[in-house]
Order: sequence, then structure tokens, then C-alpha cells
Amino acid sequence: MHTRREMLARSAKVAGLLAAAGFLPMSALAAWPQAAFDAKNMADAVKALGGTSAPAESKDVTITGPDIAENGAVVPVGVATTLPGVKRLLLLVEKNPSVLAAVFDVTDSVEANLNTRVKMGQSSNVFAVAMMNDGKVLYASKEIKVTLGGCGG
Amino acid sequence: MADPMRIRAQAAGDKVTVRVLMSHEMETGQRKDSAGKVIPAWFIQEVTATHNGKPVLTAEWGPSVAKNPFLQFVIKGGKAGDKVAITWVDNKGDKRTDEATVS
Repeated sequence: MHTRREMLARSAKVAGLLAAAGFLPMSALAAWPQAAFDAKNMADAVKALGGTSAPAESKDVTITGPDIAENGAVVPVGVATTLPGVKRLLLLVEKNPSVLAAVFDVTDSVEANLNTRVKMGQSSNVFAVAMMNDGKVLYASKEIKVTLGGCGG
Repeated sequence: MADPMRIRAQAAGDKVTVRVLMSHEMETGQRKDSAGKVIPAWFIQEVTATHNGKPVLTAEWGPSVAKNPFLQFVIKGGKAGDKVAITWVDNKGDKRTDEATVS
């Protein structure tokens, strides 16, 4: 078990390392793609992230998730592709107020296979989009039914 | 500062599966409180992962990622004893870094 003091000291050390590596989180924050998260559909989101070609459906991109989600506040989804040369993986929920849920910039050291959890306001299609290094944009979709919305208050 | 993340990194062959559970409210900015006022958005905008100090994954998140976000990814070419560090930054500029050792 780590003490809080230890954790804080470690955190400071890692932050220092990150800064030394020229990787300051704050500078990267300015790059948060506001336009992409404001987009109302997949094509706009892809365009806002620098995608040039229109998204095409592909069997090489997969999206995993439940067919029916009991609780829309926590829906486990996974995006994956078997293709080499992936630059970015996007996760979109069609009927959410902000269509784009997450963008993952993958490097060669990481497999193009990510899992996370999203909120869904209502039953909707979810999309996994892979933006490739050669400019191609591929996607896969899956319908997830939600019995209890995650965006109500 | 926010609560620590829970990071579990397990090696299998030359691959390391990393699972991260972050502690964050992830307010969407869509909900209203009991007085009818909109609760301001408060969510993690960026997550970065480093493997032995080398950045391997960056993620930009919107408000539709679930509360207390979970993230799982696989690092190629990792082994037991390696260090995996995760940093997140939210839209209020708050940030947190936690580190784990691959087992």
C-alpha cells in the first residue's frame, strides 16, 4: 500500500520527467479539438480532425459492445482494427448531444485495440472510425439499445 | 487534487495489457441541478500514457465518456518491471499523473 505522501512525490517526479521530455500536458491541452467535439455527424467530426476522404465502411474495423445496455450511463465499448498504419481511432455515439466521444492517437507501440466506457442518452448507433496514415477513413457501426438513458438529471 | 487512478498492467508474452480506472465526475454540461441551473461541464479532455517515459498513446475525450472513466489498451514489446504512467488533464486545467509497474 502506498501512502499519499509517496504517491504525491511520485506524481511530481513523473510530471518532471514529462516536462523534461518536452511533453507538457498544458501545451497539448490547447490542441484539444473543439471543432471535432462540436460536430453533429461523423463526416464533420472526421473533417475537423483533418480527414480528407469520406468515411467508408470496412470489415477490418470492429466495434464491440453490448446489444442492450441496461444503464446508459456506463456502456462498455471497444474499438479495434487489424489494419497496420492506423493514425487515429475515433469513437462516436450517433444520438448524443456531442457525437464524438473519444479520439485515440495511437502509436506503433500500442495495439489498435482500445476499450472504454461511454454515456448514451438513448438507443443509438455507435461508430468506430479508423483514420489511417494514408488518408483513408474506415468505420464500423453497431446499434446499442439503451433501456435507461445516461444523460438525464 | 483528484483521487488517484487505479492502474493495473499485466504482461503476457511481449504484450502488456494496461487497465486504468480514473476517478472523475465527467459532468456533461447538459444536466441541471435541483434549482434548474445547468451544472457546468467538467470532464477529462486529454489522457496520455507513457511506457518507460516514452509516450505511446494520447486520447482526447469529450463529455460523453462515462463517469469514473475506464480505459484499456495493449502495449507491444513490454515486459514485467516496466513503468507505465498515465496523465489526465480536465477542462478546468486540473491534472493528475499516476504510475504503475508492469507485473
